[in-house]
Amino acid sequence: MTITTQDTGQAGSGASVAGEPETLSLAAALNAAIRDAMVDDPTVVLFGEDVGPLGGVFRVTDGLYAEFGETRVSDSPLAESGIVGTAIGMAMYGMRPVVEMQFDAFSYPAFQQIVSHVAKMRNRTRGRITLPIVIRIPYAGDIGGLEHHSDSSEAYWTATPGLTVVTPSNPADAYSMLREAIASDDPVIFMEPKSRYWSKVELTLPVQTAPMTSAVVLREGTDVTLLAYGPTVKTALTTAEQGAEEGLSIEVIDLRSLSPFDDETVSASLRKTGRAAVIHEAAQFGGYGAEVAARLTERNFFYLAAPILRITGFDIPYPAPKLEEHFLPSPDRILTALAGWEW
Amino acid sequence: MTHSYPMTLNVESSPGEHLPPVQPPVQPPMQPLAQPPRQAPIATPPLLRLIDDAGHAAPAAESGGFALPPLTTLLRLYRQMVVARRFEAQVTALTRQGRLATYPSALGQEACEIAAVASLAPEDWLFPTYRDSIALLTRGVPPEQILASFRGDWHSGYDQQQHRIAPQATPLATQALHAVGLATAAKLKRHSTVALTLLGDGATSEGDAHEAFNFAAVWQAPVVFLVQNNQFAISVPLDKQMACRTIADKAIGYGMPGYYVDGNDVAAMYAVVTAAIDRARSGGGPTLIEGLTYRIEAHTNSDDPSRYRNAADVDVWRGRDPIERLEKYLVSEGALPAAERADITREAEELAAATRDCMTRQATSDPLELFDHLYSPSSARPALAEQRAFLAAELAELAAPSTDKGANR
Ligand SMILES: Cc1ncc(C[n+]2csc(CCOP(=O)(O)OP(=O)(O)O)c2C)c(N)n1
Ligand SMILES: [Mg+2]
Repeated sequence: MTITTQDTGQAGSGASVAGEPETLSLAAALNAAIRDAMVDDPTVVLFGEDVGPLGGVFRVTDGLYAEFGETRVSDSPLAESGIVGTAIGMAMYGMRPVVEMQFDAFSYPAFQQIVSHVAKMRNRTRGRITLPIVIRIPYAGDIGGLEHHSDSSEAYWTATPGLTVVTPSNPADAYSMLREAIASDDPVIFMEPKSRYWSKVELTLPVQTAPMTSAVVLREGTDVTLLAYGPTVKTALTTAEQGAEEGLSIEVIDLRSLSPFDDETVSASLRKTGRAAVIHEAAQFGGYGAEVAARLTERNFFYLAAPILRITGFDIPYPAPKLEEHFLPSPDRILTALAGWEW
Repeated sequence: MTHSYPMTLNVESSPGEHLPPVQPPVQPPMQPLAQPPRQAPIATPPLLRLIDDAGHAAPAAESGGFALPPLTTLLRLYRQMVVARRFEAQVTALTRQGRLATYPSALGQEACEIAAVASLAPEDWLFPTYRDSIALLTRGVPPEQILASFRGDWHSGYDQQQHRIAPQATPLATQALHAVGLATAAKLKRHSTVALTLLGDGATSEGDAHEAFNFAAVWQAPVVFLVQNNQFAISVPLDKQMACRTIADKAIGYGMPGYYVDGNDVAAMYAVVTAAIDRARSGGGPTLIEGLTYRIEAHTNSDDPSRYRNAADVDVWRGRDPIERLEKYLVSEGALPAAERADITREAEELAAATRDCMTRQATSDPLELFDHLYSPSSARPALAEQRAFLAAELAELAAPSTDKGANR
């Protein structure tokens, strides 16, 4: 981009006003959230790879370049560390950058900027410099992606104090959580489940769902709690339906926020059902599920009827497209795992 | 040395015909990565300078078209360099006494450090490294606040917003991107703020340096990159970092001006940095400046330079001292009266005394503060509050008289 001072970013035609219900995909809901945030707050700027005229490889930023112009929406040079590093400087000067990492595995060049600066700046400066940055990362698989396009990299971020890591699983949350992330004074890693981008629901915008740092019980049950997030929420809901047919009453929780972890909501469910399994696409060893299982066990040991299970991807790199169905936790695999407990 | 490898591939054989691999009968030694003599297609360009080593005005041909700053400016720069060096000497002494965990000295680099800061307007931002404490000092950060990080109180001890100085960066070259981002934001807001970032020669090998140069040039950010080429990255000399003539040469590849400046000539450094800042402020985009200087001291107090460089080389560079050079010039111009010298010495000694004093004051670190700053109050985390309470209880127990151990449990 050439940032020219002559360029006046055109404000849009007004943030979404409560209107007619529309059928919206998760990607479209994200798009609306960014747009509305940009209308409401002139310090919100958007940049990254191909987010301009193309509208992003997943079209999440579709139309924003046309609406807001070069000063607010721009294609940056192709360098992830540069994208995050310059976002830090912008945030230091009163902007609220929303930046896109094109794919999960392509966020790794920005690892140092995220871990050493985004996460630590506020602490290092005793709160004098806060970084209201949103780093959007499309993640996870089940899209037939070639290598490097299906990673679930959440545990790298959740292992880093100072980062808020959230992930929506449906269009309403996508809108509401992204608005909240952009409004947050602290940096947010916003992980977008690629396989859910095109899932649609009927929705009236603007919509406000539960706070982005809380978990939500999506389906009540009495026998077991399934803890899912992002792409595995749908898997968990399908599992619950199949389980019901087999007489198993499954409660499904959408974690939504990976860091912080909503201990209260999750523990309450676990104390009711006495059994839980956490489901994610990422590999198991040292994965996010390990933290979930450990902390829930520490806090609820005497309520547990069985060890908390991790039903996850295998401890191998994400496979090539023709093999990914064998890698991803499926409802069958989950039900089999649950049946393995002593009941 | 050349080695001939036995051919393992029979180029005559028809495609698909696989021959058993032929092992070289004797493994030749591996080739060194950087084989001297390295190609040097173009001679190193002359250094831009305004005052030569002997303290005389340099010939116009070496000035790059820059004019000598006025004597009053030079006198101010001289004072700042002398004071900064006294600080450096004092802090190095404190470090040897074990009162600071570590301290990277900029002894011998005063011309670059002071010129950088002296060229900035109050609204401008400085993005320094661990090496650049005297730049902070010259911009007005009190010694106690500079030393807070080196003596281990907190990771950054000054008010970054008040001084418009980012935390001293340790991860190399990362701060250059922050400078570009801040400068770009200022440009978007139509502010006249400029950002200047200091980098080491070694840091220019980092990917972030490349990304910062490129982003700055593409976005025409009002930013100045001042690379202090002190010729070493800890133990590694610059010819192991790059194969091109100068660091300044790289600017042309990014589409911005680059200057190869005598980094021990504060007059030249000041003239070039000021011009670059003015250019940035008036919409002319970024500049890359290389100041050729020398790291007289060890990398930090825990380094041992005798393992990788000759004391004789250091002596050569001691002889090219930036302060002595300007002093000779000022004396020859009759611009350094005895009263002025005495006043500069007084200021330097007062600062040294204040620096010693501040080290005797107890740091008032409160362990519970560890939990106070990571998140904004609006995103405070209950689980972190639990950990804070845990430490508070532990501290209370430690503070309690030993006979009542456990009373606070
Ligand atoms: C990314 C990164 N890698 C390695 C280091 C360790 N390190 C600290 S200083 C230094 C040498 C830097 O040399 P240079 O950039 O020339 O700066 P100088 O210390 O000479 O001022 C190294 C390797 C670091 N701080 N950051
Ligand atoms: Mg160096």
